[in-house]
Amino acid sequence: MTALALAARRSPQLRLPRLLAGISYYDVASLRDHEQRYGPLPLWGTAGRRRPGRLIDVVDASGLTGRGGGGFPTGRKMRSVAAGPGGAVVVANGAEGEPVSCKDRLLLTRLPHLVLDGITLAAHAVRARTAYLCIHGRETELRDALEEALAQRRAVGLDPVPIQLRGIPGRYVASEQSAIVQYLNGGPAKPTFSPPRPHQRGVRGRPTLVNNVETLAHLALIARFGDRWFRGAGLPAAPGSALVTVSGAVRRPGVYEIELGTPAGQVVVTAGGPAEPPAALLVGGYFGAWLPAGAAWPVPMCHAALKAAGGAMGAGIVAVLPVSSCGLAETARVIRYLAGENAGQCGPCRFGLPALADALADLAYQGGRGRAVERAAMLAGLVAGRGACRHPDGAVQLVRSALRVFEADARWHDQRGPCPGVARAPLLPVPGEADWDWA
Amino acid sequence: MSYELRVNPIACDGRGLCAELLPEIIELDPWGYPILVSAEVPRALAEHAKRAVAACPVLALALVTHPRG
Repeated sequence: MTALALAARRSPQLRLPRLLAGISYYDVASLRDHEQRYGPLPLWGTAGRRRPGRLIDVVDASGLTGRGGGGFPTGRKMRSVAAGPGGAVVVANGAEGEPVSCKDRLLLTRLPHLVLDGITLAAHAVRARTAYLCIHGRETELRDALEEALAQRRAVGLDPVPIQLRGIPGRYVASEQSAIVQYLNGGPAKPTFSPPRPHQRGVRGRPTLVNNVETLAHLALIARFGDRWFRGAGLPAAPGSALVTVSGAVRRPGVYEIELGTPAGQVVVTAGGPAEPPAALLVGGYFGAWLPAGAAWPVPMCHAALKAAGGAMGAGIVAVLPVSSCGLAETARVIRYLAGENAGQCGPCRFGLPALADALADLAYQGGRGRAVERAAMLAGLVAGRGACRHPDGAVQLVRSALRVFEADARWHDQRGPCPGVARAPLLPVPGEADWDWA
Repeated sequence: MSYELRVNPIACDGRGLCAELLPEIIELDPWGYPILVSAEVPRALAEHAKRAVAACPVLALALVTHPRG
């Protein structure tokens, strides 16, 4: 029994941190730090060598779900890959595409061995012969650090299936799982029209397990401490902890580990509380939704509750919009960004998203002359559900939530022109914005 | 037998032949890409749907056959 598991039993206040227990603000956790804290990789323990599938049972029982945004049960995904024709491939997705998320980057830069353990355990459990860790191609420093971590592990023969690092071109849609699979197959990093899904036929036609790196880090702990330990935090229907990135008008923006089911307002308080009176929360990221601050405050952070409230969990994102900002202008900026990030493959997304971005910019910055709200809603309806991937649907979900939550403000804009909040400095990070020509 | 139309949005180029051959089910959006009014094809239109599928120059339209009902 490790110190971590003991602490988890003794005091509910000490259930967290789990993933971030070994984090240092100055340095990357070395293999030695990592093994001292968590003990050796349990390839021969819980996930016993004679029964590789045993870990899948434990993951199933733990209730772990994907932490990249989909929220699909991890055990079920592993089982379908393991049941395939063999020669499976494991892909760890660390190519975080979401500008408001930095949890995956934090894990990879500070706690790489948790993720690498997870990859090796998953590969063992589904009897994979190939394993990839995908990061953004432009992150050369991270790549060097991970190569170093992999070398430490190679020196002691830790990963029976060698983990290959791959750099993915950095676009928003490039981190979508079918895009990663197509890229590893030598094609462009763009989503494909499914089926088949990667777990049926993925990299080189093999059954492919694509998991977010945080999901794999949880798996590394579940393999050591078991499913009951995992369920010791969170809700019965949404067990465990999750990393969330809190940004916007909060005093201490950053990545926090929370128990699933923690109220969104509590998460904001954990990040130092609002820096200004809050108007709304963006939950779930740029494919997520706005919620009015008051309504969002008590909502438990988990897929089911956030969805029921009209929001989304996504990759665990909370951004606080202060009353002095304009939610429509923020949304217009994000949609302009998403329009530029479309893969250019599907017509409705290629033409519809820029048109939608124009309509929103018109509403936010010009005053819509009484027509922009209607036009934005009409375009949203034309784009939704008509792409090969979720890109247009995610953008539409955000737009619809903005028109709902900022309804009064939208009417003001449409009839009288931009509100004073438009003049405020932009809140949400939008890569490449400096190069835009709004006119 | 029931028939269902599917558009492969990546392959689709917005040529619009399908909407001309099957206006009962396929409309075009402002950019010329097909919108299926309903994915299910009534039996009476099955032949027209097959013709629309065959006419697509980029093979983006498919008719999926479901056994019974």
